[in-house]
Amino acid sequence: MVRFHRVSKSFGDLEVLRDINLEIAPSEIVAIIGSSGSGKTTLVRMLMTLEKPTSGTIEVDGELLWHKKENGRLVPADEKHLRKVRSKVGMVFQQFNLFPHMKILRNVTEAPIHVLGLSREEAEQEAISMLEKVGLGDKLDAYPSQLSGGQQQRVAIARALVMHPKVMLFDEVTSALDPELVGEVLQVLKEIAAEGKTTMLIVTHEMDFAREVADRIVFIDGGRILEEGPPEQLFGNPRNQRTREFLSRFRRTI
Amino acid sequence: MLWNWDYALSILPSLLEALQVTIYATIMGFAFALIFGLLLAFGRRSKIRVLSLISGAFVEFIRSTPLLAQLFFIFYALPQLPYVGISLSPLTAGILGLGIHYSTYLSEVYRAGIDAVPRGQWEAAIALNFSKGRTWLNIILPQAIPPIVPVLGNYLIGMFKDTPMLSAVTVVELLLTARIIGTHSFRFIEPFTMVGILFLVLSYISSLGVQWLEYRLNSRT
Ligand SMILES: Nc1ncnc2c1ncn2[C@@H]1O[C@H](COP(=O)(O)OP(=O)(O)O)[C@@H](O)[C@H]1O
Ligand SMILES: [Mg+2]
Repeated sequence: MVRFHRVSKSFGDLEVLRDINLEIAPSEIVAIIGSSGSGKTTLVRMLMTLEKPTSGTIEVDGELLWHKKENGRLVPADEKHLRKVRSKVGMVFQQFNLFPHMKILRNVTEAPIHVLGLSREEAEQEAISMLEKVGLGDKLDAYPSQLSGGQQQRVAIARALVMHPKVMLFDEVTSALDPELVGEVLQVLKEIAAEGKTTMLIVTHEMDFAREVADRIVFIDGGRILEEGPPEQLFGNPRNQRTREFLSRFRRTI
Repeated sequence: MLWNWDYALSILPSLLEALQVTIYATIMGFAFALIFGLLLAFGRRSKIRVLSLISGAFVEFIRSTPLLAQLFFIFYALPQLPYVGISLSPLTAGILGLGIHYSTYLSEVYRAGIDAVPRGQWEAAIALNFSKGRTWLNIILPQAIPPIVPVLGNYLIGMFKDTPMLSAVTVVELLLTARIIGTHSFRFIEPFTMVGILFLVLSYISSLGVQWLEYRLNSRT
């Protein structure tokens, strides 16, 4: 479903990601772990087209994301191509990024109406059932500022889901939340995962959660993928010295 | 007698008629400035370098030359330009002059408003695959404009008070009308005092209007 091939990314002289190769199967759930500054956010932002790779290619659902083929040669993608491939990807941000000037219902219907071309009735119907699913059916007329962080993040998840992306990206979606609100958001993620319809790429520091829902854990360190494998193996018997250090440091600080 | 009520009352209709010209010029000029100012703000942000350079230079140029000189140019010099030259009526020239002059100030105000919208809003718009136009129309501008309404309102009142300049391109607006009346009757105290009061009253009403608008916009979030 997703394929990073030899992807590197630099900001000026700073090389943030180096030679990333990563393949994600349809409906697979991959958790990305690693210390702060290791390049996790940059990796998912490239897949959301928020950041352009310096080199390498990214494929989504069989289509090149940042390039297109012209007479057998790769040329940089134009806005039209980006929009087409981008429609397969959705993202939830650490800071929610809800639209503060719109009520909750409209936050969720705006893109289906103006991007997918749904009628208002269709969009509202789906938005309401999605908001009910994340436990916010009673907040349709509230503004984002009137909700708790956990509620805002659940709205953000509903807003992304109604676009029916094939791949969903979650970048530390519980990191900005008060500890008592983390659980409700993780619960929603678990439900999406359990449905098995969506490919998920989850950047997280919640190791127990990652272990429970992910099919595969990817450990990134210093801009490289140092180790990847099923949760039991990576958490239970990490091969790489850096992974072991990271995990033990983590257990101590939590 | 310093103040003659009969005289004051007799000139009121002429002054009110002239006031209509002043108000019309302000509304049209400000509408032009609102739209053209936004276009200039877009231009300056454009990724097309030529466009952003031209917009920036235009804003700098207009801001560092006097409004009066711009009015003279539009009214007297523009018709003499080869090929592009057109003659405008005094009022149209005046509206255009005010509009262009103020649009350069408004473009800076818009810019500040747009820059204040958090990056995350742009990123959410991309993640939801909104087109560029939709992003501006439905997400960025509705957040950028409410906070700048008070500043826009101040410029509206500023433009209103600048309308007497239009008399320099022969627009018979309020102040010029008062002067003509005074010259004919040799009484200046009443007409000029009344002009002052009319400006005061309208500026006050406008500022109330702006406050109301500000309140309305802010109570939504
Ligand atoms: N827009 C940017 N400009 C310059 N440096 C950046 C930018 N974004 C991220 N970085 C740098 O890239 C590195 C990786 O950042 P990030 O991907 O956010 O890491 P993580 O999400 O793992 O904490 C950091 O050193 C960060 O400072
Ligand atoms: Mg990060």
